[in-house]
Amino acid sequence: MNALDTITQDQLRTDLPEFRAGDTIRMEVKVREGDKERVQLFQGVVIQRSGHGIGETVTVRKISQGIGVERIFPLHSPSVGNIQVLRKGKVRQSRIYYLRKLKGKAARIAERRN
Amino acid sequence: MHGLIGRKIGMSQVFAENGDAVPVTVIEAGPCYVTQVKTLERDGYEAAQIGFEAKKEKQTTRPLQGHFKKAKVEPQRIVREVEVADIEACEPGQVVGADIFETGELVDVTGYFKGRGFQGVVKRHGFRGGDKTRGQSDRWRHPGSIGQSATPSKVFKGTRMGGRMGNKRVTVRNLQVVGVDAEKNILLVKGAVPGHRNGYVLINRAG
Repeated sequence: MNALDTITQDQLRTDLPEFRAGDTIRMEVKVREGDKERVQLFQGVVIQRSGHGIGETVTVRKISQGIGVERIFPLHSPSVGNIQVLRKGKVRQSRIYYLRKLKGKAARIAERRN
Repeated sequence: MHGLIGRKIGMSQVFAENGDAVPVTVIEAGPCYVTQVKTLERDGYEAAQIGFEAKKEKQTTRPLQGHFKKAKVEPQRIVREVEVADIEACEPGQVVGADIFETGELVDVTGYFKGRGFQGVVKRHGFRGGDKTRGQSDRWRHPGSIGQSATPSKVFKGTRMGGRMGNKRVTVRNLQVVGVDAEKNILLVKGAVPGHRNGYVLINRAG
């Protein structure tokens, strides 16, 4: 482990479930409105996981009212709450950008069974 | 003590309470040893000379060996002078660490920024360069005019042109201290700091 990782290690979250690109997840996002804080849910397909350590991020894509929406979350941020893995997807790449060009039936992802 | 010598470890980020990611530079600051105390009576000004990072005695010149022996410290690789608040409390051999700084404090960080070799005026001095179109060719990154004609018949000294860039001493002022680990002598400073990884920096209290 390099010196930088040891410094940020105690900030890493240990409660994250195992998931990868192609999986469908539902995550809690803390949203600040004025001085009130509430939890918003964001559910979608994981397009990619990027980086490592404290800077690791996850890109989640969903179709909202016919429009594709992608959000990038810092995984270890305190504003990201609980993450739930709803469905494991069977994909052959770790970054499934091709999903952006697909819609409807073509955008389905086969389920991964162990 | 108002300053420390440190070694830049690299950059990372920490999360603030509201979820904001704060970019930080991790600096290993100390332990530094006081190698000499400059007093008003003898030297005309007050300061402490501190050293950072021990080196072997055989790598040290004879005069410096004696200098460090006088202060009863191991030979130090980097030696700098820093301001002190109370010269009375300062004595040779004293150890200072990152705990002289507090979280939230502002510091100035001095170091040598990365060498960039021979660079043109656009990168080196921020010139705009020429037009890409409108009849121009091969003049995207040129400096334009560098002076007048028959009078003065010369280019003034100090005219900004291309040349060697980098590897010069610069100071970044008013960086916020985000975290202090007194045990490991680790300092987290918000934002970037001059120099490459493992480069030496001088950290001074701002102001």
